[in-house]
Amino acid sequence: MELDSVMLSRMLTATTLAFHIIFATIGVGVPVMIAIAEFVGIKRNDPHYLLLARRWARGFTITVAVGVVTGTAIGLQLSMLWPSFMQVAGQVIALPLFLETFAFFFEAIFLGIYLYTWDRFKNKWLHWILTIPIMIGSSASALFITTVNAFMNTPQGFDLQDGKAVNIDPIAAMVNPATPTKVFHVVVTCYLTAALILAAITAFHILKKKSGAYHRKALRLTMVSALIFGIGTAVAGDLSAKFLAEYQPEKLAAAEWHFETETNADLILFGTLNENNEVTNEIRLPGFLSFLAGSSFDTEVIGLNEFPEDEQPPLWVHYMFDLMVTIGIYSLFISALFILFWLWKKCNEWNKLLLWGIVASGPLSMLAIEFGWIFAEVGRQPWILRGYMKVGEAATKADGVGLTFILFVLLYIILGTLCVIVLIKMFKNKPAEVELDQRFQIDDLHK
Amino acid sequence: MSIEVIGITVLWLFLYGYLIVASIDFGAGFFAFYAKITKKDHIMNDLISRYLSPVWEVTNVFFVFFFVGLVGFFPDTAYYYGTALLIPGSIALILLAIRGSFYAFGNYGSKDNIFYLFLYGATGLLIPASLSTALTISEGGFLLEVDDKVIFLAGELLTSPYSWSVVVLSIVSVLFISASFLTYYADRAGDIDAREILRKFALFWSPPTILASLLVFVGLREHNPGHFQNALDIWWMFGLSLLFFLMASYLIYIRKSLGTAFILVMLQFFFAFFGYGASHLPYILKPFITIQSGVTNPTMGTALVIAFIAGLFLLIPSLFLLMKLFLFDADYIKGNK
Repeated sequence: MELDSVMLSRMLTATTLAFHIIFATIGVGVPVMIAIAEFVGIKRNDPHYLLLARRWARGFTITVAVGVVTGTAIGLQLSMLWPSFMQVAGQVIALPLFLETFAFFFEAIFLGIYLYTWDRFKNKWLHWILTIPIMIGSSASALFITTVNAFMNTPQGFDLQDGKAVNIDPIAAMVNPATPTKVFHVVVTCYLTAALILAAITAFHILKKKSGAYHRKALRLTMVSALIFGIGTAVAGDLSAKFLAEYQPEKLAAAEWHFETETNADLILFGTLNENNEVTNEIRLPGFLSFLAGSSFDTEVIGLNEFPEDEQPPLWVHYMFDLMVTIGIYSLFISALFILFWLWKKCNEWNKLLLWGIVASGPLSMLAIEFGWIFAEVGRQPWILRGYMKVGEAATKADGVGLTFILFVLLYIILGTLCVIVLIKMFKNKPAEVELDQRFQIDDLHK
Repeated sequence: MSIEVIGITVLWLFLYGYLIVASIDFGAGFFAFYAKITKKDHIMNDLISRYLSPVWEVTNVFFVFFFVGLVGFFPDTAYYYGTALLIPGSIALILLAIRGSFYAFGNYGSKDNIFYLFLYGATGLLIPASLSTALTISEGGFLLEVDDKVIFLAGELLTSPYSWSVVVLSIVSVLFISASFLTYYADRAGDIDAREILRKFALFWSPPTILASLLVFVGLREHNPGHFQNALDIWWMFGLSLLFFLMASYLIYIRKSLGTAFILVMLQFFFAFFGYGASHLPYILKPFITIQSGVTNPTMGTALVIAFIAGLFLLIPSLFLLMKLFLFDADYIKGNK
């Protein structure tokens, strides 16, 4: 591996995105959870849920701040690290980028209003209504920015003449073949991850300290949400695989170590590759890749050997794909199990093992987001604009990328650490029990 | 009007919006820190935080809007500025990141953390300085294109009197704009003590603002005579700017109509900023990009303008609501809500 400016630009972009995506995911998902909690709270006139919404919103402000600044960073780095790409593609994708900032603007305004008007309206529903533009804004910005990424995977809506984009159709570029599945997948997994992270925090608290009705309600609410979003994620994953089989077969083939084009193709779980690129130690599900690609064992799945060697993605993306899918299934399993135990009176849903399983699901689902994005991005190597421009042609020629890489890594380490410290302190200094007592005069533990 | 003129006007408006709201924010951070070390924080820091808390995120969006729009309307800028500004741009980004997140850490997390407040205050002065380099570079003479490589002449920039005059102007303007707004805000809150301190800040920074503007003109005459000549042709815009400045300073001095005074400050910078922008044309980045050569494809240009108008229908009422709740609501400003 040579540390030229192409490699360094890739490393810096990857680092910024990997860091930003944590906060972006929370930023898209948590407003939905806040809105649900406040809705239930007002509807049932239950202060527990209202406090839940408040406390989630308070922690959310910290993550939003880091999300905003890292989002600004990636926005500018796009031009600073990939100037040739932006010069060409900028013409075609300017519209969704522009719309994304509008959505962000909209969200920023209403988030500011929401956070500072908790007790200002006589009618409680008025305050709740403010969550709607926040959810629209955050989900819409995910939508628009994902169309840009979808465009890089399946570019359309322009012709390339002498290195310049002509005959541009902005809408066609936005609504490209990858857009529907990608947007659905991104948005629903953000919701799922946010639900599981909040569930994990609650479960951890229940395991470590005494807890009353407040924490039990919180866990039930987040687990029901997680189950619903988990089912959505499974559907999105299935649709994405079918999309890949049709439009980006080399990505699916690399993910599945599928070399020869064939029908009744096997699905490979885990395993390793030996030096002759033969799969060993794997769990083989006969015919299931065909089934995944086209809902029938007779579907022909294109193999990696059909592509020239310099247009094949690296084979290690297989692990990313497997890890993502495994964690996805685990999330679905753990939330279903909790709800099953809860409904089926004979079991105890506050079982320690189950709670630890929920604690694990939070960080795991965030990892799955990272793995999924790494798979999606590295899986389209060597292209930056699939079929049009390779990554090597797009990177900056300026000196000093190495230095900027180091500076940004330091920045992210500091921000990440402080963010965690500040969040922990914020909630330790004022536990929910104290706040319930102060704000609503409820003694939760001895009720 | 042609697409490129609409485009650059829209962008310039957003940059102007950023100039005003960010100046208030940057200056407020500095004043808050200054008040803390001179032990006057109990008088004015609550007031500052009451204004900043609901709006800091919105401030940031103005900036994002500007650069996303610039690359959208004029994709060539991504290539030249992107390559040239890798290091100064990254430094500005890191400062912005520190400032934004430390604001939240300090304000929502560990209140009264002097280190957070220091970073927040110091970056508030460094960011305008580093962002203003982009404007300086646009005057030409700081970039070289050899073969297909864009080279940024950092040494030239650091030794240029013009570049330093812009830096000085950006810093003192930030302090002046911010102090004149906060004077008005304190007055609305009926907080006489805070108003008196902030009024002193405003008056203190008022003469340097005009001195620095003159320095920029002198620097510009040396550095880019063509631009200077264009500026002379629309001298009346700068004349109006000076007039508004004098009126604003007078009102602040006599402690009357502080709201009007702030509007006059906004007008002062509006005319100076648009006068500067208009005389800069047709170049966006001399000599590489003019608004005609760099403009995006007409289809995309039209799409962007439509999106922009649709977006305004959403933004203007929302911004109005935000201002009504936090800027013009006397009870909120006084801290009763």
